[in-house]
Amino acid sequence: MLKKLITGALTAAVAITASINAAQAEDELFIPMLSYRTGPFAGGGIPFANGFHDYLEMLNARDGGIGGAKVVLEECETAYNAQKGVECYEATKGKGALVYNPLSTGITLQLIPKAPVDEIPVLSMGYGLSAAGVGETFPWTFTYPTSYWSQMSSILKYIDQNGGLKGKKIGFIYLDAGYGREPIPLLEQLAPEMGFELAMFPVAGKEMQAQSAQWLNVRKERPDWMIMWGWGAMNATAIKEAAKIRFPMDRFIGNWWSSAHADLVPVGETGKGYIGANFSGIGTDFPAIQDIIKYVVEAGNSQADPSTVGNVLYNRGVYNAVIVAEAISAAQKMTGKKSISGADMRMGLENFVLDQARLGELGLAGFTGDLKGDCVDHEGGGSVFFQQWNGSDFVKISDPIAPMADVVKPLLEEAAAAYKADKPEWQGQTCG
Amino acid sequence: MFYREAGQFKTSYKQYMQAFPIREDRIGIAIWLAIALFYVPFFGLPGLEYTFAMNAIMIPVVIFTITAIGLNILVGFTGQISLGTGAFMGVGAYACYKLTTYFPDVNIIIIILASGFVSAAVGAMFGLPSLRIKGFYLVVATLAAQFFLEWCFIRVEWLYNYNPSGAIEVPQREVFGLIVTGAAAEPATRYLMVLGFLILLTIIAGNLVRGRVGRGWMMIRDMDIAAELIGVRPLRTKLSAFAVSSYYCGVSGALMVFVWLGAAEVESFDVNHSFLYLFMVIFGGLGSITGSYMGAAFIWTFPILMKEMGKRLFDIDPIIMENVSLVAIGALIVFILIKEPHGLARLWQLVKQKLRIWPFAH
Repeated sequence: MLKKLITGALTAAVAITASINAAQAEDELFIPMLSYRTGPFAGGGIPFANGFHDYLEMLNARDGGIGGAKVVLEECETAYNAQKGVECYEATKGKGALVYNPLSTGITLQLIPKAPVDEIPVLSMGYGLSAAGVGETFPWTFTYPTSYWSQMSSILKYIDQNGGLKGKKIGFIYLDAGYGREPIPLLEQLAPEMGFELAMFPVAGKEMQAQSAQWLNVRKERPDWMIMWGWGAMNATAIKEAAKIRFPMDRFIGNWWSSAHADLVPVGETGKGYIGANFSGIGTDFPAIQDIIKYVVEAGNSQADPSTVGNVLYNRGVYNAVIVAEAISAAQKMTGKKSISGADMRMGLENFVLDQARLGELGLAGFTGDLKGDCVDHEGGGSVFFQQWNGSDFVKISDPIAPMADVVKPLLEEAAAAYKADKPEWQGQTCG
Repeated sequence: MFYREAGQFKTSYKQYMQAFPIREDRIGIAIWLAIALFYVPFFGLPGLEYTFAMNAIMIPVVIFTITAIGLNILVGFTGQISLGTGAFMGVGAYACYKLTTYFPDVNIIIIILASGFVSAAVGAMFGLPSLRIKGFYLVVATLAAQFFLEWCFIRVEWLYNYNPSGAIEVPQREVFGLIVTGAAAEPATRYLMVLGFLILLTIIAGNLVRGRVGRGWMMIRDMDIAAELIGVRPLRTKLSAFAVSSYYCGVSGALMVFVWLGAAEVESFDVNHSFLYLFMVIFGGLGSITGSYMGAAFIWTFPILMKEMGKRLFDIDPIIMENVSLVAIGALIVFILIKEPHGLARLWQLVKQKLRIWPFAH
């Protein structure tokens, strides 16, 4: 037995030693994919990972990659766990990684200080550290197309446009963690300015699926509108509880991580009227999505269930991949090289232009608002629109509503200054 | 044959009482130390990329070994089961963060050692119920500590200096001109630093458990009434076990965030991690310091090596391997608990025994 064990271990060790990864081939674009298809949040992680993967695979199949260089994806499972995130980062960064999409706030926070050292940019699309939108302080981190604070200001504007905010009571139900608490400073600042009253309903991570207490309080407080910052199992539970106390669904707004098909399908008819914020188009009526179906899904190269293609989170994954692809091609144009480095990628992320004309060329006309890479503004223009659940699917109900940049920007800059306050060695950049 | 103490005579009491009385053991330890100190920091691990080997395997293994030794003092040596390890590590990490932001000029090594005392105090406080309750009831009490502390890490904003992200972000710190924390620190520096902590804490733990204090812990574990009758004070003994164990956990938590992760949210200290550390201790061997080393190394590296092997040898999707390794770890724990309840440490003892009489069977 012992002998077998020893021989087995030796064989394994030899095999590992023998198969050290070969060096990068010439024209390849290596993109690590930190995804979570296991763990408590897999329900949201799977469609996002599929969308991201399928768009880039579609570019490989249809155009032979980006600018003549093939995209090489390596998926690494994080299970939404910060420690596994480190492992994935270390396992992939040496292979010429161009950009990290950490897909978890915890992992993003760990990568932000690493990005300038390893010269690999981080694109935390609509999550992570809001302050990272200040490009002068965070040269290597991007939060395109918008941040949580901008999103909250868009939601408040939407409420203001639909019945007014003044004198109303706004309830805020949130996951009691860093993510859920992030918009609170903005709410507290805007409440007196815009003249609304605020009622907070924190939901602890462990009580995500037992929210009767919070909703009892909601019934007592009688807010006119409810805003939700939830994730995972919390969302469906909240909508069910809201229905139980007969809270009007069309006055219940979820942020963009609280209004996906994965959240609403289990609720079905009960959630009819529920409103969600979003920044990426829904459905499959875009030529690019049709190409994904043709080149990837039907070719059997996707892990996605064909019925989920075009869902909210799938398309958000697609949008993430679009930003990455556009930044790569911008970097290719600027450097004249086919295969680029992480530092080139950072330039690309600061200089790409994704306006309606370009979206049309990509086969994504009307998919989202304009987005332009910029040195100062790593946050992007917002383009948050609203969608409503009709009992079986989401329908877009508004045009993009611009965030209140005048309120959000100072807050972002204050937070960025606070971030680097206790880090004297922190390197910013000056924009010309 | 290979392991033979015949002919090694002890001529003084001091020789008889040394930590490794057998010469072969001393040679073995010296070889391991030489590898850990002179090979790993420069070459990493064979067959793995250097920074991956350091940052994803060696640094966390060294840190978790400290945790495992700490938890083993409580669970293995004193017999008090705890599910609050993750939270006690968190106390150490948050204490270290607060201390180093208050006193940015104080050497970070001193800060880390000091933050262990905060954790020890909290641990001793939550150890108080152990004087009245035992077994499952104590598990529930420590679980309450876990949840309460997690709540504090979210709710008490003072703990993370009111950062809007709700996380502790590690500032860069230098020791003797070398950057040891933050992203700019070299993997070798960070590894040698945590290794230094591990060696120091191992020497202390080894001497504690074979001395009067440790014997008191073991007496309490084996039969608390008998221990009390022959003069071991349960209050002092149990609380000292909680305090020492939490000290180790606190130091390892501070190291985990400052030297390894670089930033941490409450999620890094949740109850799942507490279970993971308990697995390390059970798997390595209850009541054995060598076992803590083996358990931490095994539980941490097994899934990573499974994933690497699956990818390189059979080209299996890492997501499938992730699930396979979860199943495999579960099955292995059950198997070990049935076949070898004393864990890897006991297996090593058996190997030693075999080597001693080889080539004979008896």
